[in-house]
Amino acid sequence: MPLLSVSNLSTAFHTRNGIVRAVNDVSFHVDKGETLGIVGESGSGKSVTCYSLMGLIPQPPGRIESGTAMFDGVDLLHCSKRQLSDLRGKRISMIFQDPMTSLNPYLRVGEQIIEPLLIHGKISRAEATERGIAALREVGIHDGAARMRAYPHQFSGGMRQRVMIAMAIITNPELLIADEPTTALDVTVQAEILDLIKKLQQDHGTAVVFITHDLGVVSGFCDRVQVMYAGRIVETAHVADVFREPKHPYNKALQRSIPAMQRKGAELYTIQGLPPDLSKPIPGCPFVPRCEYVQPECHAPVHLEAVAPDHESACTRVQRGTLHLREQPPETMSATRIDEAFTEEPPVSGRHGQQPV
Amino acid sequence: MPTADAFLEVTDLKTHFPIEKGFLVKKRVGTVKAVDGIDLTLAQGEVLGLVGESGCGKSTLGRTILQLIPPTEGTVVLAGRNLAGLRGGDLRRARADFQMIFQDPYASLNPRMTVYDTLAEAISTHKNIPRGEMPRRVSELLSRVGLSPRFIRKYPHEFSGGQRQRIAIARALAVEPKLIIADEPVSALDVSIQAQIINLLIKLTREMGLTMIFISHDLSVVKHISDRIAVMYLGRIVEIGPSVEVFEKPLHPYTKALVSAVPIPDPARERHRKRIILSGDPPSPVNPPMGCTFHPRCPYMIEECRAAYPPFVDYTPGRRATCIRLHEINPPA
Repeated sequence: MPLLSVSNLSTAFHTRNGIVRAVNDVSFHVDKGETLGIVGESGSGKSVTCYSLMGLIPQPPGRIESGTAMFDGVDLLHCSKRQLSDLRGKRISMIFQDPMTSLNPYLRVGEQIIEPLLIHGKISRAEATERGIAALREVGIHDGAARMRAYPHQFSGGMRQRVMIAMAIITNPELLIADEPTTALDVTVQAEILDLIKKLQQDHGTAVVFITHDLGVVSGFCDRVQVMYAGRIVETAHVADVFREPKHPYNKALQRSIPAMQRKGAELYTIQGLPPDLSKPIPGCPFVPRCEYVQPECHAPVHLEAVAPDHESACTRVQRGTLHLREQPPETMSATRIDEAFTEEPPVSGRHGQQPV
Repeated sequence: MPTADAFLEVTDLKTHFPIEKGFLVKKRVGTVKAVDGIDLTLAQGEVLGLVGESGCGKSTLGRTILQLIPPTEGTVVLAGRNLAGLRGGDLRRARADFQMIFQDPYASLNPRMTVYDTLAEAISTHKNIPRGEMPRRVSELLSRVGLSPRFIRKYPHEFSGGQRQRIAIARALAVEPKLIIADEPVSALDVSIQAQIINLLIKLTREMGLTMIFISHDLSVVKHISDRIAVMYLGRIVEIGPSVEVFEKPLHPYTKALVSAVPIPDPARERHRKRIILSGDPPSPVNPPMGCTFHPRCPYMIEECRAAYPPFVDYTPGRRATCIRLHEINPPA
């Protein structure tokens, strides 16, 4: 039985410019101890998905329109506030992207680290402090006793993210949701933080949901990956298959557009146009206007379906077997399409309000 | 190293910022050595990638070369003229030769000016163009960066991030500069948009023969776009060489660690890769370590490393690094 199983989650934001369907009929599961990567560009709904599970969507303007998220017999989307608070910060923790803004600058770091313990456990302050120091040691901060009394501004970015991780793991959660935890960090620090999360995961058997836009990070860190586009999951598979055998044109396009996977100086593949306006109804596949393999049948509604063992895709043509997205040698990858950018339309004014605040 | 065909020559450039205390009577209590003795030579049409982690001084170096920050010491010679000595009107006129592209296209465009106003202002600052000819000039610029001239009356908020960065690039090209410094021009953009801007910059440098310094913390982007890479650590260049060679066979211990930390989007390779994890954070540029500034974190450190800052050691033609054990730790294959 999976640790977390989400079905048909839809989250919308009711704004002045209409209803923005940020997450649209998303279903997935997380097994015990595994690492699930959620990849997508900004506005693809990857963060909103996780915020919905944690009850962090401001309502209004946000609204969870449908769906269930079962975690150990509790539906996170429909349980009482009390039930959710019992789980949150104890059995499910979250690490946020920006360690600069997600710590309270007025409180000593120690106070913030032991807060989840004091809220959830019947534990004395002294004992909590003891465990706080141990948690800091676990994330590689050795002079914990002294560091507990410091304020966030006295830490560097990497150290702050360690503090955030210490705070998230102090209750030994079964599920850790990490929302771009290394995006704001330098590469060498990123490598350290990723190693740290991996080690903690092995020690405690924690399942991790890892949200990122960086395919490089995904490849080394995740067991399974799901690719999101326009609020939907378009492909999900084991990490090796996502790279070796992309089964959705968007996933493939994404890989062709990153320099790390291309010959030096080669023209990078560019995905034409812009992601669709999520406040307008999208009848068929949301990638249709930008897809180079589009056929008339793509305008019909499409859902995520298994196209190979443990490999699901939401591409109509892949599902019907009329499209095979094999990896091409790098030489043939540099199709010249930049000139088409001349005809690129600017987005309709006001569309930038899409991102929920 | 002065060479005959040097187009941009930076010699012993230093930018130090004073740390002051006191309200009425300021007292100097220290110095941040953001850029501390940089020598750099670029040939015409060359693209140099400048990489390093936050706080290493790469942006300050870029801004100092363009005289946006006055250098404390050293010279910047562009096409035979020393920019470091220029002041006032001379400097303003010289700016037609060098332009900058900034990271954040949301912050670097004036939201109250249309695309036309923004670009026309850039052109008329340095050139006397008859009024009637301006629209044609602006249209040309827009098409050069891949935007349709019919967007000319639109405001920045009507464009996506990638389109705004195109406008920022058009503004930099408006004065037909010889040197462009691009400071993290794609870091704020999504992957697919990033690809468009990288393609555009490569195309423009090739077509217009631009000399460019491309500053980024993203090594794979830098490798893709530049001819040579210079790696900075704590205000100094520690390694410089042809981009593919630096990326594939880094020489300096810091570059080795940096390259090993870049995630590769290939699960098979990524999982069997050896990472060099550096201990601790970079030291403060206020009080850098004695000798080689990298020695406290260096896995190859020996006693001599504490003595003095190491000079550049040549490895192969065009490849140099500041490490006294350079040949020892990189035995020839």
